[in-house]
Amino acid sequence: MSVLEILAEYLSRSMVRNALIVGTLISLCSSLLGTTIVLKRLSFIGDGLSHVAFGALCIAMVMSLSDKMILVLPVTILVAMILMGSNEKKMIKGDAAIAMLSVGALALGYLLLNVFPNKRSGNVSGDVCSTLFGSTSILTLSKTDVILCGILSCVVVLFFVVFYHRIYSITFDEGFASATGIRCGLYKMLLSIIIAVVIVLSMQLVGSLLISALIVFPVLSAGRVFRSFISVVTASGIIGVFCAVTGIVASILFSTPIGATVVCVNILVFAVCFLFGKVFGRH
Amino acid sequence: MAQIKGTNVSVGYEKRIVAGNINFEVNEGDYLYVIGENGSGKSTLMKCILGLEKTVSGSITFGDSLKQKEIGYLPQQSMIQRDFPTTVGEIVLSGCLNRLGWRPFFGKKEKEAAIEAMKKLEILDLEKRSYPELSGGQQQRVLLARALCATGKLLLLDEPAAGLDPYVQEQLYALIYKINKEDKITIIMVSHDIEAAKKYATHILHIGKEKSVFCTKREFIKENGACLF
Repeated sequence: MSVLEILAEYLSRSMVRNALIVGTLISLCSSLLGTTIVLKRLSFIGDGLSHVAFGALCIAMVMSLSDKMILVLPVTILVAMILMGSNEKKMIKGDAAIAMLSVGALALGYLLLNVFPNKRSGNVSGDVCSTLFGSTSILTLSKTDVILCGILSCVVVLFFVVFYHRIYSITFDEGFASATGIRCGLYKMLLSIIIAVVIVLSMQLVGSLLISALIVFPVLSAGRVFRSFISVVTASGIIGVFCAVTGIVASILFSTPIGATVVCVNILVFAVCFLFGKVFGRH
Repeated sequence: MAQIKGTNVSVGYEKRIVAGNINFEVNEGDYLYVIGENGSGKSTLMKCILGLEKTVSGSITFGDSLKQKEIGYLPQQSMIQRDFPTTVGEIVLSGCLNRLGWRPFFGKKEKEAAIEAMKKLEILDLEKRSYPELSGGQQQRVLLARALCATGKLLLLDEPAAGLDPYVQEQLYALIYKINKEDKITIIMVSHDIEAAKKYATHILHIGKEKSVFCTKREFIKENGACLF
C-alpha cells in the first residue's frame, strides 16, 4: 500500500478524524494566545500552569473522580488568575514563585500517585508518562469531547478576534492602554481564564510537559519572518495548525508518540523560519 | 475653569509620602514643565493624573470638559518593549482605542485620525515600517503620534527626550512646541532639562524634597536666576 492509501485508510476511522479536529482546534487556540503570552514575556506562566494542571490531575486520579476536569479546570484557572494578577513590579519574585509552584505541583502529583496507586490500571509509571507526555487518549475521544472542544475553541477565537485591538494595546504597552481607559485588569483576568482552559484542553493532545511548546513555538517562528503584529498573529495560527496536522499524521504513519511528534514538527518549522529570517530578514 | 487642578496632592508608595503638598493648575494651551531630581515623585504624580496610581492624599480634579481618559500619554521609554513585532501604523492607530466605546474594530474616522497624526509628526512615510528597526528619535515620534490620536486637548509626556542625542532632542522639542502652539494642545512634560524648560514652558512645577513650587516661567527665572539646583 502506498502512503496515501494508508492515510486514507486511517482517515476513514472516526477516531483519527476526531483526533485531527481536536488537535487542529487546540493548536489554533494555543498559538493565538501564544502571541500575547510570549510577547508580554509571560512564557513561564504557561509552563508553570501546565505543571499545576498535572498536579491537579494526579489528585483527581487519586480521588478516582470519574470526570477529572471538575477538579483540574478550576484549580488551573485559579492559579492562572493569581499569577496574571500579580503586579509587574514584583515580577522577579513572581519568577521564583512560579518555579516553586510548578516543581512543587509536579513532585506532589507524582508522590500522590505513588502512595495511592490507581487500583484499575495499577501502572504508576504508565499513568505518569501519559499525563506528562500526552497519551493515546486523543485517539479515544468521545463525541462529547470533540463538541466541547469545538465550543471552547470557538469562544477563544471569538474572544481573540473581537478584542483584538485591545489585546494588542495591552500586550504592547499596558501603561498606555490603561491610561486611555482600557480596563487592563479585566482583560488580563479573562485572558488568564482562557489560557488555563486552553492548557487543560491541550493536556489531552501533548501532555502537560509539552504544552508550552504549542504556545511558544508558533509565535516565535512567525516573529522570525513577519514584522507586523497582525501578520505575526495570523502566521502563528497557521503555523500552529500546520504543525499539529502534520505532526498527528506523521505520528499515525510512523506510530510515534503524538505529542512529541507535534513538538518536533514545531521545532523544524522554527528552524526553517529562523534560517529564512537570517537570510532574507532586515536584522 | 482649569483643565487639571491639583490641590494639596501627596504622592508616594504604600502610604509612604515621596512628595507632598503639591498644588498646580493647568489651563488650555499651557505648557507645563514638571522638574525635579530623580526619585522626587514626578513620574508618580503623572501616573496619579492618569489614574494609574492613587494619590496618598489631596485631590486632582478635571474640568473644562476634559476627561481623564482623554489624556494623550507618552510613557517613559523603559516601559516600551523594543523588540515587539509591530508596525508604525499599528501603534499609532492603537492610540484611537479610547474612541471605540463598545465597537470592536476601527472605522474610517479612526484611520484618518491616525494618518493625520502621522502627518503632523512627519512619519507618514514610515507607516509600514517595523517599529524595532527605527531610530530612538523616530520611535519617540511614533509614540507621540499615538498619544496625539488619544487626545485633542492634553498631552502628558514623561521624559520624551531622554537618551536621544542633542540634535534629535531639539527636533522633538520643536515638534512638541508646534503642537502646543498650532493645535492649542496643552502640554505637561516631565523633564530634567531645565534649559529647555526655560525656553518652552509657560509654567513650571518644581517638585522638591522639602517643598514643591508652582509658578510661571517668568517667576521661576526671577527666583532662581541663572543658577539652578
